[in-house]
Amino acid sequence: MSRVLELESISKRFGSVAALESVSFDLVLGEVHGLLGENGAGKSTLMHVAFGMIAADAGRVIVRGVPTRFRSPRDAKRLGVGMVHQHFTSVPEMTVAENLWLAAGRYGAEAGRRSDSSTVTTAGSRLRRRLWEGLAPNDIVSSLPVGAKQRLEILQALAVGGDILLLDEPTAVLAPQETSELLALLRDFANGGGAVVLITHKLTEVFSIVDRVTVLRAGRVQSTGPVAGQTVSGLTAAMVGTADREPTVETSDSLGPVLARVDGLAVRGREVVGVAAIEGNGQRDLLRRMAGVLPAAGAEVIEPVAFIPEDRSTEGLIPALSLTENWVLGLAGDARWRRGPLLDWRAAEARMDQVLGEYSIRAGGPQAPAGTLSGGNQQKLIFARALEAAPRVIVAENPTRGLDVHATWFVQERLRRAAAAGAAVVVYSSDLDEVLSLATRLVVISRRRVLQVPPGASREAIGAMMIGATS
Amino acid sequence: MSVLVRLRTPVVASVLGLAILALGLSALGYDAFSALTALARGAIGSWYAFTSATLVRAVPLIVIGLGIAISFRAGGLNIGAEGQFSAGAMAATAVGLVVGRWPGFVAIPVVLIAGTLAGAAWVVVPVVLRLRYRVQEVISTLLLNFVAEALVSFMVQGPLQESKRTYPQSDPIAVAARLPLLPGTRLHLGFALAVLLAGLVGIVFSRTIWGFRLKVVGAAPRAAEVTGRMDVDRTTALALLWSGAFAGLAGALEVAGVTYALFLNLSPGYGFTAIAVALIARLNPIGILFAGLGFGALEAGAAGMQRDAGVPAVAVSVVQATIIVVALLAVARARLARPEAAA
Repeated sequence: MSRVLELESISKRFGSVAALESVSFDLVLGEVHGLLGENGAGKSTLMHVAFGMIAADAGRVIVRGVPTRFRSPRDAKRLGVGMVHQHFTSVPEMTVAENLWLAAGRYGAEAGRRSDSSTVTTAGSRLRRRLWEGLAPNDIVSSLPVGAKQRLEILQALAVGGDILLLDEPTAVLAPQETSELLALLRDFANGGGAVVLITHKLTEVFSIVDRVTVLRAGRVQSTGPVAGQTVSGLTAAMVGTADREPTVETSDSLGPVLARVDGLAVRGREVVGVAAIEGNGQRDLLRRMAGVLPAAGAEVIEPVAFIPEDRSTEGLIPALSLTENWVLGLAGDARWRRGPLLDWRAAEARMDQVLGEYSIRAGGPQAPAGTLSGGNQQKLIFARALEAAPRVIVAENPTRGLDVHATWFVQERLRRAAAAGAAVVVYSSDLDEVLSLATRLVVISRRRVLQVPPGASREAIGAMMIGATS
Repeated sequence: MSVLVRLRTPVVASVLGLAILALGLSALGYDAFSALTALARGAIGSWYAFTSATLVRAVPLIVIGLGIAISFRAGGLNIGAEGQFSAGAMAATAVGLVVGRWPGFVAIPVVLIAGTLAGAAWVVVPVVLRLRYRVQEVISTLLLNFVAEALVSFMVQGPLQESKRTYPQSDPIAVAARLPLLPGTRLHLGFALAVLLAGLVGIVFSRTIWGFRLKVVGAAPRAAEVTGRMDVDRTTALALLWSGAFAGLAGALEVAGVTYALFLNLSPGYGFTAIAVALIARLNPIGILFAGLGFGALEAGAAGMQRDAGVPAVAVSVVQATIIVVALLAVARARLARPEAAA
């Protein structure tokens, strides 16, 4: 067993968030190594370090026994490391061959050409020949089916010729048939002397082709070892954490009437419904339909509805505009400053000034641009604005993402209080801990379907519902 | 921002532009001093020059500039004001030729409304292309300028050609449709309308929900949609139509107040100069009023310079270009200096 890629004690911080904390990882020739974890666990960050896209704050990258410093992916490619990213990187308007030339840069001599099938020796070229099935050099990429595009991505990753392949959720966009074909190709690549890292959410993939599996959670390695002997519940527990605190799933008999109903999700007054889901299962669309941000046929929602978007600086606020303008952005109909078509900016500014005090928002005054506020203060402003209209329904999307402990507490407290006062609250968070600590009732959204989590369900059971291991 | 700070950039830009013009003229062997004196005389040398040259030229720049400000504020890049101006001029001429029996207080509004509607109509195709097929209005409005030019050419040699059929121009419009003039000058009522519109647009921008919507949609369409619950497409489309309407009105004012007839090259590039006017004023309506006056003075002075000092009028583009570049640099610097959002 020769180690081709070793990551030693890699640490990486983004601002105040530790994405990776002393993570070690190794890859040997001939294996498919699964990398599991929730959203934000650090899987992609770790592979970006291995591919030279991100420089680690601490730790070493060792390729084939030689410590290296990657300044860019170009260095990684030169040493035979290729990566397939979460999103397609090919240029849709160009041909297959042109994309391969692009990917190869100045190292690729044989890129863009079908490799000669008569002298297949290495794993790379054998894989390449199978990847070419159904592709022609002159095909325009935008005309290709999704599976062919994904095969092109792999060809691009191997365009320089390499035997280490890092794949970031390569099957997320594929149909079941395409998925099994791709997995078979990867297995064959590894058997022929290559090495593969497969980032995935799907446990079925892990059990079908992976040799060893490493589980990351909150930037740390939870477990690593051969997949043989592992169980679904064991891996799920490693992903979502052991049950140090029982889920607060409970039914209350003092619930109010149903205030919002859309696509099989009904929410009553005085309850906080936590939505647990893995990214890309349709939970965002569902929440936005409930909040009236996206059109929803057949939705029954009692106004007023408040929506807290995850992305504060592009959807919740306009950084270049003043606090008062941002205040009016979400409260344009308020009779205190709106008279027909006219806006009374003084009245709005006076109220904004009061709110800064009431919510202890640290700002240079109502005229300050919203972009000058810290993330926590921006979120306080968004909450103050959302609660100003006394909403009957509150829909929040990752409301504490990127916030420090104090601001997180503030946000969760406000949501609880709003529910206690009779509002229907729906919170989606990619952090299962947050969902569990906030929610009075839990639902899982998997493949666009709303699944009710039975009261008292274990963390493992919830995790299994999220990844679709049970149906 | 205090008035002095606001004025700093345009003043610095104008002085710099004139200095570059003087240097260039000297290098080419012209008498720079007499050229600049002729420029000043042509623009503000007399009451007649000021009213009949500078102010008359400022009218289309201000009116078109206000429309540009509306569309740019909402993120709609209408650069086809030249074509919309022509569309307005054509409609005003067509109507102006047939309203001779009506009293002036009816004929004039009808002519101006015809021009306004025609200007807005000239933006309908770009708006539909944008809404349905996401075609960039920068391209579609620009290309329609050439269509408008060809259409004017067709009109003055076809349906709207003078009854003598000699020159490619229309007959003069009915006297009833002509704008009243300030006695002793060629300054027409359109100037008062331009000032009024600047004040009106200023109020719309700063005090109404519609002005706020324009700003938000232009600054952050995602936030406008998600948090402001605004219809971004509709807002931008309306802004584009209004900007066309303003340019069309400017075309009608030019026919009803200055030329009284339609001919080719009615506009010496007002539709493009007005974009510079709007940008220098940072889309502020009162600023557009003054920037329009400044550029009007340059255009008027350029004619004087050519007449009195033999310097080609196009030389004054050097000054205009310098002002535009300096103003854009100032905007860019202000943007860089602004503290960015802490993500």
